[in-house]
Amino acid sequence: MSVKKIDEPTGTETMGHEWDGIEELNTPLPTWWLWTFYACIAFAIGYCVVYPAIPGLKEGSHGTAGWTSRGDLAKEMDAAKAARAPVLAALDATPIEDLPKNADLMAKAVAGGKAAFKVNCVPCHGSAAQGSVGFPNLNDDDWLWGGTLTDIQQTLTHGIRQPGDMETRNSAMPAFGRDGILKAAEVQDVVSYVRSLSGLEPAGAAAQRGSALFAANCVACHGPEGKGNRMFGAPNLADKIWLYGGDRVAITNTVTNAHAGVMPAWNTRLDGATIKMLAAYVHSLGGGENFSQPAAPAAAEAASGGQ
Amino acid sequence: MSGQTKQPFAWHGALERNITLLGVFAFIAVLFGGIIEIAPLFWIDNTIEKVKGVRPYTPLEQAGRDIYIREGCYLCHSQMIRPFRDETERYGHYSLAAESMYDHPFQWGSERTGPDLARVGGKYSDAWHVQHLTAPRSVVPESIMPNYAFLAKNELKVPDIQAEIKTLSLTGVPYTKEDLAKAAADLKAQADPNADSADLIKRYPKAQARDFDGDPKKLSEMDALIAYLQVLGTMVDTESAAAQEHLAKEKGR
Repeated sequence: MSVKKIDEPTGTETMGHEWDGIEELNTPLPTWWLWTFYACIAFAIGYCVVYPAIPGLKEGSHGTAGWTSRGDLAKEMDAAKAARAPVLAALDATPIEDLPKNADLMAKAVAGGKAAFKVNCVPCHGSAAQGSVGFPNLNDDDWLWGGTLTDIQQTLTHGIRQPGDMETRNSAMPAFGRDGILKAAEVQDVVSYVRSLSGLEPAGAAAQRGSALFAANCVACHGPEGKGNRMFGAPNLADKIWLYGGDRVAITNTVTNAHAGVMPAWNTRLDGATIKMLAAYVHSLGGGENFSQPAAPAAAEAASGGQ
Repeated sequence: MSGQTKQPFAWHGALERNITLLGVFAFIAVLFGGIIEIAPLFWIDNTIEKVKGVRPYTPLEQAGRDIYIREGCYLCHSQMIRPFRDETERYGHYSLAAESMYDHPFQWGSERTGPDLARVGGKYSDAWHVQHLTAPRSVVPESIMPNYAFLAKNELKVPDIQAEIKTLSLTGVPYTKEDLAKAAADLKAQADPNADSADLIKRYPKAQARDFDGDPKKLSEMDALIAYLQVLGTMVDTESAAAQEHLAKEKGR
């Protein structure tokens, strides 16, 4: 085809073609580039030998290093588990009642609980444990079922209204309106009374009528002053915290249809130490109660008086 | 260097000057790469490993899957947990190839604006899903997911579920003749708390039959989508000790 020529000014070979006197130089590749290229080829061959790479008739090659992504993960998980083991063992050995006495372990439990909370609890209780409609805020000191470490541990372990768990926290508010226990007008009277308890509206004639209905239907669980009872997870109606809303529409809906919120029993998914860590974290959020706090027994007394 | 010697790749010149010949040879080159890289995936054990528990989707789950695809959920949610510590600690056991073997098309995805959903089944209650799909920010304040409240209002309309099941079985999903015959009835029974679902659960092990959307009288698109979400990642018992040991020991993947 063409004939090789040397370009005189540069001493470089040309491609051999020429248009109107213009020629193209055939400059050779830089040596460093060429050798890098060869090194890459050599590396690729070595890589294929050391790591799984070449497909066969039944399975891919295993590679001489024995590397697997799943084996890598297993190693990493084992290392993480080993690093956590001493703390978890200490947690397993410590009854939750004694946890506050050990400040160092408590701090570790709170930190571990924070991580476990993000994975398991955030979807319902919110990223800052702030809760939302139907899902309680865990930062305040308004507890439905109790706010001591043991109370929280019990709630976490067995859940609330978890089907199939014999020790789950359970109670059922009647659907007063839907089931015809109260007439629609009576429901409105009860709503007025309940709202008057926390000063959301002045106690008028409707609230007066509602007071009698409340005494007949509601005190068994919510107590004579509407302050709730933790034995039944009956909320305090005299404060300004509302799980399902405190406006007339929301309370009317609650009295009419009732609510029965569900929390899963976590003992089927989490180990005992993790549950302790979660209890410590939730307890640390601001509303945690001490074991000697008098509020709980007082509420129980009020309830038994109501019964 | 000089003189009349022929250049070493002179024949290549002919190839570059003939568009048809170039096309044919380019095709052969790509074909060769394809055979080496793609074809073995159809027979090597990595990609066709057998895993216990994987079953075809029930008609209701399949209908929910169609809604998942229709609404473009895959644009923000992947269904592929990779074997890394950060992913497995958050989402659960890494995904196995067999778990999506009856997915047509698969929903692995590559974009994670929202969390991975490969093992979302059983993680949340039905009520949570209803509230979250209706108004995502009412349960996750920082969420940027759109509202899908209309799913609860829309009645589930599947023009011909039998045809869909049949099409899937043509692609290799092992539905039985009984599954095919009862497809329309299964679709309704799974979300109807009053229906007898024992037969359905026998044919589709681990299927969950109940009212999903909180409205037992209506079979809504919400029912179907939640039925699908609640089955994701629950078919295979990845937590059993034997499975863990087997997976950690295997080679070449």
